[in-house]
Amino acid sequence: MSDIEAVRNKYLEQIGAAADGDALEEIRVAALGKKGEISLLLKTLGKMTPEERQEQGPKINGARQAVADALAARKKAMETAALDAKLATEKLDLTLPAPAAPTGSIHPVSQVMDELAEIFADLGFSVATGPEIEDDWHNFTALNIPETHPARAMHDTFYFPQTDDDGMAKLLRTHTSPVQIRTMMDVAKQTDGAGEPIYLIAPGRTYRSDSDATHTPMFHQVEGLVIDKNIHMGHLKWTLETFVRAFFERDDIELRLRPSYFPFTEPSAEVDVGFSVEKGRRIIGGDPRGDNGGWMEILGSGMVHPNVIRNCGLDPDVWQGFAFGCGIDRLAMLKYGMDDLRAFFDGDLRWADHYGFDALDVPTLSGGVGA
Amino acid sequence: MKFSLSWLKAHLDTDANLTDITDKLTDIGLELEGIENPADALRPFRVARVIEAGPHPNADKLQLLKVDDGAAEPWQVVCGAPNAKAGMIGVFGPPGTYIPGSDFTLKPAKIRDVESFGMMCSARELELGEDHDGIIELPESAASEVGASYADYAKLDDPVIDVAITPNRQDCMGVRGIARDLAAASLGTLKPMDITNIARNGAGPDIAIDDPEGCPAFYGCTVSGVTNGASPDWMQARLKSAGQKPISALVDITNYVTLDQGRPLHVYDVAKLQGGLVARKAHAGEKLVALNDKEYVLDETMTVIADQAGAHGIGGIMGGAANGTDQNTTDVLIECAYFDPAHIARTGQKLMLTSDARQRFERGVDPAFLDDGVEIATALVQALCGGNASAITRVGEAPTEQRVIAYHPRQCAALGGLDVDPDRQQGILKALGFVVGDDWQITVPTWRRDVTGWQDLVEEVIRIEGLDKIPSTPLPRKPGVAKPTASPGQLAERKARRAAAARGMNEVVNWSFISEKEAAPFGGGTWSLANPISEDLKVMRPSLLPGLIAAVQRNAARGASSIRLFEVGRRYLESSEHPTIGLILAGEKVARNWQSGAATKFDAYDAKAEVIAILDAAGAPVDKLMDFAEAGDHYHPGQSGTLRLGPKKILAAYGVLHPSTTKAMGFKGTAVAAEIFLDAIPLKKKSGHMRDAFAPPALQAVTRDFAFIVDADLAAGDLVRAVKGADKKLITDARIFDMFEGPSVGEGKKSLAVEITLQPLEASLTEENLKALTDKVVANAAKLGAELRN
Repeated sequence: MSDIEAVRNKYLEQIGAAADGDALEEIRVAALGKKGEISLLLKTLGKMTPEERQEQGPKINGARQAVADALAARKKAMETAALDAKLATEKLDLTLPAPAAPTGSIHPVSQVMDELAEIFADLGFSVATGPEIEDDWHNFTALNIPETHPARAMHDTFYFPQTDDDGMAKLLRTHTSPVQIRTMMDVAKQTDGAGEPIYLIAPGRTYRSDSDATHTPMFHQVEGLVIDKNIHMGHLKWTLETFVRAFFERDDIELRLRPSYFPFTEPSAEVDVGFSVEKGRRIIGGDPRGDNGGWMEILGSGMVHPNVIRNCGLDPDVWQGFAFGCGIDRLAMLKYGMDDLRAFFDGDLRWADHYGFDALDVPTLSGGVGA
Repeated sequence: MKFSLSWLKAHLDTDANLTDITDKLTDIGLELEGIENPADALRPFRVARVIEAGPHPNADKLQLLKVDDGAAEPWQVVCGAPNAKAGMIGVFGPPGTYIPGSDFTLKPAKIRDVESFGMMCSARELELGEDHDGIIELPESAASEVGASYADYAKLDDPVIDVAITPNRQDCMGVRGIARDLAAASLGTLKPMDITNIARNGAGPDIAIDDPEGCPAFYGCTVSGVTNGASPDWMQARLKSAGQKPISALVDITNYVTLDQGRPLHVYDVAKLQGGLVARKAHAGEKLVALNDKEYVLDETMTVIADQAGAHGIGGIMGGAANGTDQNTTDVLIECAYFDPAHIARTGQKLMLTSDARQRFERGVDPAFLDDGVEIATALVQALCGGNASAITRVGEAPTEQRVIAYHPRQCAALGGLDVDPDRQQGILKALGFVVGDDWQITVPTWRRDVTGWQDLVEEVIRIEGLDKIPSTPLPRKPGVAKPTASPGQLAERKARRAAAARGMNEVVNWSFISEKEAAPFGGGTWSLANPISEDLKVMRPSLLPGLIAAVQRNAARGASSIRLFEVGRRYLESSEHPTIGLILAGEKVARNWQSGAATKFDAYDAKAEVIAILDAAGAPVDKLMDFAEAGDHYHPGQSGTLRLGPKKILAAYGVLHPSTTKAMGFKGTAVAAEIFLDAIPLKKKSGHMRDAFAPPALQAVTRDFAFIVDADLAAGDLVRAVKGADKKLITDARIFDMFEGPSVGEGKKSLAVEITLQPLEASLTEENLKALTDKVVANAAKLGAELRN
């Protein structure tokens, strides 16, 4: 064994035995420092003959490289061990609970309103709103319900002591139909009576002086209105079928139109939807003629009465269309299975957790409410 | 409107079964409400004879009967009825029978130690009448029926059909009108009406009209020498099926014609009248006790039927109590008048008095049916009570002019969406009583006041043809790409709602009306209902907070420990309605936990954080918001504020609710709340999809910290604004990152530490630049009395 090899082995041995970083540094200085043993050996190369140099050079350089590599490796190993030791002391009990963020919810009425907006957007209907404190004209008279009309008695209207310009008591709207009137009047005004097509829904709060297990004095309705040329009851039927099927996300829903009467439509129809029973629960769709199946009324509709169109300043010989009104709370109950209407207005957090919707559950066409 | 099947068949010749009839009723717009067969509940009851009656060994008032109901062995029955006796025939319910009038099921029982099986029944127990003084006694002619079903024996097996009549269909407020509709729908043939011309002797009664607007026509006749008594069984059965109580033949006749023909009548006892009858305007303040024994105060807009002594009835609505017929009545005056629908409606609304007559008159009875009405009534009076009829006095004229509508069969498809063959259309209209003239000029029958335009004719055709036949027709698809269907305001509201839910709040929907007491701390409400459903739901809310506080209180009472609620709704102020988001946070913000220990409470900053987040979601320029006070008296005066865009434009108010506000609503804890005024948020104008080019600053931003000693009451916001003012271009942000008070900073002082962010624009900042800027920051702060801390 040559000297060089001995030197090399000596340092490699020392490196292997070094206890810590300081010891390694001492070894580095002793071997590779300016006056280190291997550094000094390197300096001897200059005085050698080419032949000697050719023989000794690789050996000395090899020793230097080996020691440097060993130092680096050993240092790295020490650091890794030190880090491992440190991390070992930092162990957490991750079965402990993480901080919880509160979870909020969207009320089913809002969710259903958003669903309706989406379904009808697909059909080209926009969303309109109007005041809840209404006047007699918009809520009744313009809708072909004059003061002495027996249908007024069916409305259980809430009145205010305040009166409008005609001296009629202001009232809480009993349906969303006044929005029809306001929209048609706006269109008539903007177009100088010429008119233009109207496709809208108007969801919102409505009020009737009625309170029992299935009625609340405040409830939600959605109005639909189409005014165009050549619109007939076949379009109404298709629109309602499309809407109801999209809303309940079933193709097998049957609708039944029954002749009825609303002063603001002619002809008028009440609309029943077929239900069946699945897993012990009544659901919309399926065979209404099957066991436990049947029909339930869900909305009122009809072709807008010519008097109503005329009252709004449009020509009923040019424009015709349909309107419908539907209870939103009821739609929510039928779709999501709530059985108590009063709970909608109680603000019970437990109910909100159970029936509410996640903020990110935004109804979308791709998510399944498309028409 | 209720009627029995046999009654309907008195007008309609049909082979159709009950289900066909009821299905068809719904199909043509006479919605079936229910079918009830009075026989169903009575099936188990049998005609039975009491074969023995003897004393009960242990009770004086009870008897021991042996009853034969056709079974092999007679039943032993303990009976308490005073009229029970051997030999009588009655109605027996064997053990196991449900007794509808008493709501229990018979079981074999021991009564005073004697076994009893089944029961002999009273009329009330079978819900056949009020009589409960004794058990039903059947005539001896029933002897051959012993053992038979009582329902069959008594011909009770006659289903009662209940249909909802819409307000436009006065003509169907009589059974005959319903029969006419069914006949038009091919469910049978309408039987001809049997109106005989009665032999009449002597002058008609003295009748006059002084109020031709309220009562355009008044026909009448007298029948003298009548004998009033019970009406016959067939009439009683029909009245009962309609839910009416039989009273006496004369009264029953008027009720029967009302229900059968939709033609209300009135019958006066001539002996109780002084002089002739006049239809006149009521005097202001005139009082009348009506048949329902209630006194009504009338006014000149109302029509009364009066004699010389005074009013005898509210015309077309209800007769008076004083002139009714009774068992002693011998001469009657039959009134058949036409009252103006609008007058009747107004009078009925004013008096809050409803009646079968009002319902029909206000919807408009057939103006051409006055003579027929008188004839039918007279014939019935004579048939049931005898007597001689006078001539008919006819005063005034009912509006019988017939409406003619120009129609074209093509309109059926154009509006109704159903192409019906013109011949078929003509057939339907004719069956309903319309006259189809040349060129489709349609004459409307006098009983169809509701039909005023061609649209109504379309409805008549398609409702009889069947709405189920209308083919679904897709709406035309609008050309071009889909346009947004929600307005910017609606989109802002949707985003704000979902932002609030995403931040952990639960959406609630509260009543729009609250109590006066709840409204008071919020300035009271301008809109107070005249007819509230209760005092708790009376005033349109001026704020969303009372409802939210009440909801918090209810949840706290149910044991909720952490409550975060919000509502999107309107506030109702004098001039208009304002879309608003209200939110409330109460209880624990963070529950006690292993990391931070005790539970933490909400404070005003939590409300502020929610407000800013929601405003941001709604698109408000939150970086421009300014802090103001004056959140309102319902907030803690020192822990509340408003956020505004300029001094007058308030976007939100928030803070800790005033303890007296929450306490007044029964909530004892602390709650923080906010209201965001959605309609105050300036809507962003959309200017295309394209955004500005991305150009991040070339140079890195640097931060510098300053700590100032300031007066304790200096608003941090003021200091931040002053600091930012040192160089509005270079300083992109200034943020308070520390605040403390204590002995080290001195009495009445506090320390505020601000981190400012500097964004060099063209060249790096030199030491001189920085020095100058720092000096300016310190100088600006000094104007507020701030000293740089060492």
